[in-house]
Amino acid sequence: MTMMRSKAFFGMGQPRMEYTPVPPRIDRPESIRPTGPVTLLHLRPTEASAIPNVKIGETVKTGQKLSLYGTGDYVTSSVSGTVTALAPFPGSFGRNYTAISIAPAPAEVHDDGLLAVHQDPSLTAALDFLTAVPGMPGLKRLSDEDRPLKTLVVCGVDQDLLVFTQQYVLGARGHDIQNGIRMLQKMTGIEEVVILTRREAVQGYGGHCAGRVMGVDHLYPSAMPQMVMAGLFGREVPAGRTCEDLGYCFMSAEAVASIGAAFSTGRIPVNKLITVIPKDGVPRLAEAPIGTPVGDVLKRFGTAVGEGDRIVAGGPMRGVALFSLDYPVQPDTDALMVLDAAAADNSSDYPCINCGDCVRVCPARMQINLLVRYLEAGKYADAEESYDLNSCVECGLCSYVCVSKIPILQYIVLAKHELARMRSTEPINA
Amino acid sequence: MPDKQKLVVSYAPFWHNGNRVTDRSLQIFLAATPAALFGVYRFGLSALGVLALSVSSAVLWELAFTRVAKRPVSVGDGTAAVIGLLFGMMLPASLPWWAVLTGTFIAIVVARQIYGGIGANPFNPAAVAVAILMLAWKQRMDFDAALVNFAFDFSSAFPLGAVKAFGTDAIKELSLLDLFIGRQVGGIGSICGALLLAGGIYLILRGIIRWEIPVAFLAGVAVTAAVFHAADPLKFAPPAFHLLTGLTLFGAFFLATEDASSPVNFVPMLIFGAAAGAIAVFIRNIGVFAEGLVFAILVGNLIQPLLDKIRPNALGKVN
Repeated sequence: MTMMRSKAFFGMGQPRMEYTPVPPRIDRPESIRPTGPVTLLHLRPTEASAIPNVKIGETVKTGQKLSLYGTGDYVTSSVSGTVTALAPFPGSFGRNYTAISIAPAPAEVHDDGLLAVHQDPSLTAALDFLTAVPGMPGLKRLSDEDRPLKTLVVCGVDQDLLVFTQQYVLGARGHDIQNGIRMLQKMTGIEEVVILTRREAVQGYGGHCAGRVMGVDHLYPSAMPQMVMAGLFGREVPAGRTCEDLGYCFMSAEAVASIGAAFSTGRIPVNKLITVIPKDGVPRLAEAPIGTPVGDVLKRFGTAVGEGDRIVAGGPMRGVALFSLDYPVQPDTDALMVLDAAAADNSSDYPCINCGDCVRVCPARMQINLLVRYLEAGKYADAEESYDLNSCVECGLCSYVCVSKIPILQYIVLAKHELARMRSTEPINA
Repeated sequence: MPDKQKLVVSYAPFWHNGNRVTDRSLQIFLAATPAALFGVYRFGLSALGVLALSVSSAVLWELAFTRVAKRPVSVGDGTAAVIGLLFGMMLPASLPWWAVLTGTFIAIVVARQIYGGIGANPFNPAAVAVAILMLAWKQRMDFDAALVNFAFDFSSAFPLGAVKAFGTDAIKELSLLDLFIGRQVGGIGSICGALLLAGGIYLILRGIIRWEIPVAFLAGVAVTAAVFHAADPLKFAPPAFHLLTGLTLFGAFFLATEDASSPVNFVPMLIFGAAAGAIAVFIRNIGVFAEGLVFAILVGNLIQPLLDKIRPNALGKVN
């Protein structure tokens, strides 16, 4: 099975895992239409008392904003059709969504909201129409006055192994990206733009682009924002802070391309590019409207999903396992991976044997052998204070090498979540 | 959403490099076996008896304790067998069965399980057991006394004992090559330097132990011995002699490198190894015991938590 990487027989050093480049011979992205309703996840708990603005039976257009309770946040319809259901949808780590199901109609009608303002790109227009475009731009970061941004970092590299979605976008949609960069510069006043690409691809960009092109090392996890900050920009992000705090805004190439395309055409992009990694390990590209059930995407490639298999949104190191084939494609679903029941690896409750492999592999130089003892005991505050919990970049290498197969990354993410939750409830209790 | 198909959900990462505790134990066991078998060749079936009893009783103590304490049964991970083997390899071939049983009880139950089992022992279990036997039954653990009824075609005096009692004159006749290929008296599995070195290098290449600890340990032994030897060449043996006798190579590769009781960072590993190696020579040269290397290992274990405070600054650490 090519999907499992195992250690070499003689292996003194750390595992060297390299990002996957776009294969030299790759078919154009397979265009996928949903076979049934699409599901949009609106990050709003379903409220029993309030009457939603979106009603079952309502007709919606492609690109139309749907805001359940009239608050600033919204989702963008990716098809033209009829709203068929509104249902609560529990997400991970306590997030509560409302799932809006829309059955596509045969004829596609485009919403013309953006058309009226697209000639004059402004942050207001972007926030008004483009927060949920493919690539997940995270536009709210741009409007934070307390945290002025001075550098836009366009990520033409992917964040996980096996995935090449963003690399493909960087190569295939140069025009949209250039447009997007110009629009973003115009609406925010950011002057410095850096485009990240694979190291050997830097040469291909000489002169004719809007930003400085920088090459990222092939070794995982060099492409993660915190690692790029330390490795390429020479600025370590202080533990517990973000790249934005230092004035750097990392945005996926696809998000920039979406913004560029939206303002130049007046139509909101709704199709997400996905690297599909079936059980045979041969990756393919797919393009599907946001909200398409992942089952529809996998079916197109003839990937049979059996009992006990794992469907992962994202790559093997940082992805999220999905519990249902009906789970919708999200604006940031860069990859879909199917792991055979036999190939997937289970964690164990074995104790740490203090071998130190995690310490040696950690890119954040954390004392994981000691940290994990605190995390197992639920002593999150101590873990944060004495063992650098907040330095973690969440690359998952510690779990990957753990001899005892301790779910270290899960412990770390849970601890961060619990600390944030405790902090958010403290003022109420005080 | 109706569940048509049952998918398994777990947390990232979804890959693993395939390392297992059982596999590590197996590799250590394999790496130590040639030196142990050499002991059987050298000392005969009584050595095999000691080794077999040591391994089997260690496994049984582990099984018994986990049953009584209602802990998950952990003998399958092989660590108890490894401790049993390493313990047995340090013993004289004539040690009676009851002493072996006592030793494995101390190693498994007292030095390991009481502290929480695998990964939680502050001291090397096999070293603790040997240390206690040395204090409890001095004569039984003394190689000259214990092996008095064995006939060898080389000097039948324990080299470290000889040099301690009579100075370097007593070891003039010994060739370093003889010591290296196991023509000497000592613990069952610790006399053949060549095989111990081969096993240790194998473990380093496989990534199971780290080179820093054994190298620093051997350097600590060599440098300290050299200083003593320079100070009084008639009384104190030269460094090469210290490296090839007693438990030096065994301790460097198989005792000092035990996971739970040794540090994991680069600088701490070097200090740990060097300190334990230096103390080993101090005990040999000016201590009570001709071979007190296990005590040096235990002192190293004792300072390990302090050493682990020496660590690189984490990414973006705010001081």
